[in-house]
Amino acid sequence: MKLNLIIGLLIVLLLGGAALIGAAWTPYHPMQLDMLNRLAPPSFGHWLGTDEFGRDVLSRLMAGATTSIAIAVTTVLMAVSAGMIIGLVSGSVRGWTDRGLMAVTDALLAFPGILLALALIVILGAGRTGIILALSLAYLPAVIRIVRSAVLSIREKEYVEASQVIGNSQAYTMFVHILPNCLAPISVMATSMFGWVILAESALSFLGLGVAPPAPTWGNMLSASQPYFERALWLSLAPGACIALALLATNLIGDALRDRFDPRRLQA
Amino acid sequence: MTAQIPLLDVRNIEIQAANSTSIVKSVNLTLAHGAMAALVGESGSGKTMASRSVLRLLPPGVRMTRGEILLEGENLAEASEKRMRQLRGRSLGMIFQEPMVSLNPAMSVGAQMAEALRLHTSLSRQEIRQLCIEMLERVRISNAAGCLTAFPHEFSGGMRQRIMIASVMLLRPKLLVADEPTTALDTLAQREVLDLLTELARDFNTAVLLITHNLGLVARYTENMTVLREGRVVEAGKTASIIAHPYQTYTRKLIAAAKASQGLADDVIPPDAPAVLRATDVSVTYGARTHGRGHGAAAVSEVSLDIRKGETVAVVGGSGSGKTTLGRALLGLVPLSSGRVEFEGRNIIDGKGAIRREARLGCQMVFQDPYSSLDPRQRIGSIVHEPLRHVQDMAPADKERRVSEVLAEVGLSGLERRLPHELSGGQRQRVAIARALVRRPPLVVADEPVSALDMTIQAQVLELIRDLQASYGFACLFISHDLTAVRRVAHRVIVMEAGRIVEQGATEDILGAPQHPYTARLIEAAPMIGDPAGLRPAADRAKVLP
Amino acid sequence: MATYLARRLSMMLLTLSLVAVTVFVLVRLVPGDSASLMLGEAGSLEQLAILRARWGLDQPWPIQFLYWIKGLLSGDFGVSTRTGEPVLALILARFQVSAVIVLAAMTIAVLVAVPVGLYAAWKQNSWADLAVVSVATLLLSIPSFWLGLLLLVVFGLKLSWLPILGYVGFGEDFSRALSFVILPVATLALIEIGVLVRMARASAIEVLRLEYVTHARAKGMPEWRVLAFHVFPNAFAPTLTLIGLILGNLLGGIAVLETVFTLPGMGRLLVESIFARDYPVVQGCLLLTGVIFVLINLIVDMLYPIFDPRVARA
Repeated sequence: MKLNLIIGLLIVLLLGGAALIGAAWTPYHPMQLDMLNRLAPPSFGHWLGTDEFGRDVLSRLMAGATTSIAIAVTTVLMAVSAGMIIGLVSGSVRGWTDRGLMAVTDALLAFPGILLALALIVILGAGRTGIILALSLAYLPAVIRIVRSAVLSIREKEYVEASQVIGNSQAYTMFVHILPNCLAPISVMATSMFGWVILAESALSFLGLGVAPPAPTWGNMLSASQPYFERALWLSLAPGACIALALLATNLIGDALRDRFDPRRLQA
Repeated sequence: MTAQIPLLDVRNIEIQAANSTSIVKSVNLTLAHGAMAALVGESGSGKTMASRSVLRLLPPGVRMTRGEILLEGENLAEASEKRMRQLRGRSLGMIFQEPMVSLNPAMSVGAQMAEALRLHTSLSRQEIRQLCIEMLERVRISNAAGCLTAFPHEFSGGMRQRIMIASVMLLRPKLLVADEPTTALDTLAQREVLDLLTELARDFNTAVLLITHNLGLVARYTENMTVLREGRVVEAGKTASIIAHPYQTYTRKLIAAAKASQGLADDVIPPDAPAVLRATDVSVTYGARTHGRGHGAAAVSEVSLDIRKGETVAVVGGSGSGKTTLGRALLGLVPLSSGRVEFEGRNIIDGKGAIRREARLGCQMVFQDPYSSLDPRQRIGSIVHEPLRHVQDMAPADKERRVSEVLAEVGLSGLERRLPHELSGGQRQRVAIARALVRRPPLVVADEPVSALDMTIQAQVLELIRDLQASYGFACLFISHDLTAVRRVAHRVIVMEAGRIVEQGATEDILGAPQHPYTARLIEAAPMIGDPAGLRPAADRAKVLP
Repeated sequence: MATYLARRLSMMLLTLSLVAVTVFVLVRLVPGDSASLMLGEAGSLEQLAILRARWGLDQPWPIQFLYWIKGLLSGDFGVSTRTGEPVLALILARFQVSAVIVLAAMTIAVLVAVPVGLYAAWKQNSWADLAVVSVATLLLSIPSFWLGLLLLVVFGLKLSWLPILGYVGFGEDFSRALSFVILPVATLALIEIGVLVRMARASAIEVLRLEYVTHARAKGMPEWRVLAFHVFPNAFAPTLTLIGLILGNLLGGIAVLETVFTLPGMGRLLVESIFARDYPVVQGCLLLTGVIFVLINLIVDMLYPIFDPRVARA
């Protein structure tokens, strides 16, 4: 196994573990105020210090990990499963259905993903559900595009024609020969998308359009830390580092997957 | 009397890959000024790496670990990189296999041709331009001046290869390394390119080292040959004497594989055998119904043919002749625009010009590229089992038995659990044949089934097809541009040009005494060893024809 | 070539109209219309009806859309419900700030990343290559707002080299204006260098494998010429497409960076307007970003045949 995959998986283990534990237990209650202990630097009692309301930063990071990762996982699952269905249909039916779907997809792709998410949040309202829906919809066009182009390129392979010659139905060929061979590029994309969503969610929360305080996410913790960065730098360092680690992990794992699924390597 | 120093003297070289395995173990080779020699071998023989080491253009990680390469006595293995750059282009030229990727797509032909002249000479812009035009005219590119400003993608494969030759020969190198220069071209273009190359090399006294797997080309164009196998020289000497009297078993096998055999004259199909497939006035037009490239051009027009039980009918022609489209149309992969197709006596075309499904089940296909015709995620057993899904009256246990039976017939017993990428090209093509035959279909269409394989493997696969046909009596439509292969398996030959049949008849008659000039050109261009009865007169006649 | 351009232009017009429809529909989907939002709880039903009639909000959607398009074509993007200013002027003033930062960052990133990526590809699997790839992967994993914050702390706070807050237009005081944009530009540039280095390296590796590179070497060309004339043009084409996509995404994602550096750019304007429910401005910002994204892609497509003449024919 390659080094980048190992590092990526270790980070996933670390953050995923924190998120899982954070769902059940945190050292302190993440929203418990302690006005006597505001902006305390890291110490033995509070490993990562406390914030402007005296809340334990580590506990909030763990709870934030639960929220951020849950949002990202749900979003990716929704966007990828919807995108796979639409992309498969579009790539296999062709004709006017395909052209119509592609016109809408192209129009939506003319907006940067994050901007589309921003607009959708305005419509759907901020908060967990709003973010998940907005981000799923915002990244859906990209998924459709990738699935469709994967389907179109696999369709050209001779083994798909061979399946036709054998007498298999279109649907059978689609699900047994085309879809499984599209999973490689789709899984690479889903991995990078996980990173995009983590980043977009934290950016939206940072702008105040995401999950509302006091419930912690990495993005809104970073945003709340901004006025204090002169006095309490640890408040900014910790959540930012978590976001960066999550992105690093998705990039490393994405690279490893891409290397593994590289068609030239399969052929060689 | 001292022996003259040869132009090239390769002494005992060894080449290792990055993981220290030897690709070339020990190769010796000499080449005189102006000589034409071949380096022959199948895939994995190390012929490409050995030839690239002469220009010191080995891929990253691959190193020459032993030996000397003397060019007029100068050891290139120890020459400085600067010295190598002086020699490359000026004294050493190279031509590559894939004309589609060996010219830079982002640079005009003129700029690419001028590059080497600007680098190695002090000619003026105008003189360079003049030289390039003259050279393009010599390789018979029409409108040579216009060609200079065009980009490579505007030319066909054969033309690109001629442009490549022009560009390399501009500096009149002493040695030209040609690495499979015509493998990607059809027979007619192949002939054209190699004739030009020989002519220019003779005029400029350039020695040519032709790297190839095709012994027919070796016999036709070279004086000396060296046979490589697994990184070692198996046999070397005068081409004519090796081909006439090979010493080594391996060389003998290679030559047998390339030799024009006597064909199938012995097993004759009775004229009253029932026709399995009869096509009448079949036309296929691209564009209207499919998303075509041809803008409504007819790819196949008014073709009629019939194939009888146990018979192999070969469809031959150059690229663009419509032979592949015809095969695909008869299988229902491409809709017909008009015509009638009968399968075992019944009309099988429905109202939309498509082939009825039940008829399709009776025709199976072997595809050209064994690397893309098998689903990379499916195990061999499952690939061969899949066609049996559509056989209703067969017990699961019988199906399993049939799969092992067919795998045994194609010589792949026990490989059920393997994945396609774990097999060699020849083995994969055997899997494809097993898949086509597992349902015991009355008709098999084979589209260039051996052209992607090594010569000795080709012979084995063709023999397999013949044997299986003898056992099961299926009819076979064999689409190919390779007349050697056609001669081996076909009872009858249909020659197509630009979508139409120009000539058809028994294999011996057509290949021995072609009536149509296009057929004669195809035969004349085909690289074959030996002169079986009837071939020589055909070749002579072709020269007389316009 | 001419047909290629004509086809691209007509496709662009189609996409532009779809973009307009999308923006229009998105804004209509927001609960509550501009009139009720402007009047708030205090407005009476009569006042509401008058305002709606004046803005055409009582018409069916298709009619409203046509009015809106008609207005757009004559440069009328409506007025801000918050300040009463014309939307177009408001957005353009703010857009300049964002455009300067994005373009400057992109220029720097391309100038650094493309040569470095080529070099890493040329030295594939060496220590230098590994270092380049690792640094690039780290850079692209850092969120812009966090990197911005860290740079502010180091260069603004600890070293006091650069001012922390504020913005001055380049017309007013060039050197001060420069001091305000250095950090945001550096932040974006660093991250985009990460993205582009990897892309340039990957496509250069693809190209280096191809035979025309060996062909160029077989002519005796020195390595730098092989890289400059044979590898670079072919490797740059896919990178160019990516640059177009990144420019659009930067423009969309600039809001967070402008928040960190308190810059009066378009992203900030969009977020402020969302909070103030100033929908004409939101609509204008979305539309402008969409249009610019489409235009950037058009420019990329126009430049593409220079590096890859094959597309002009296809």
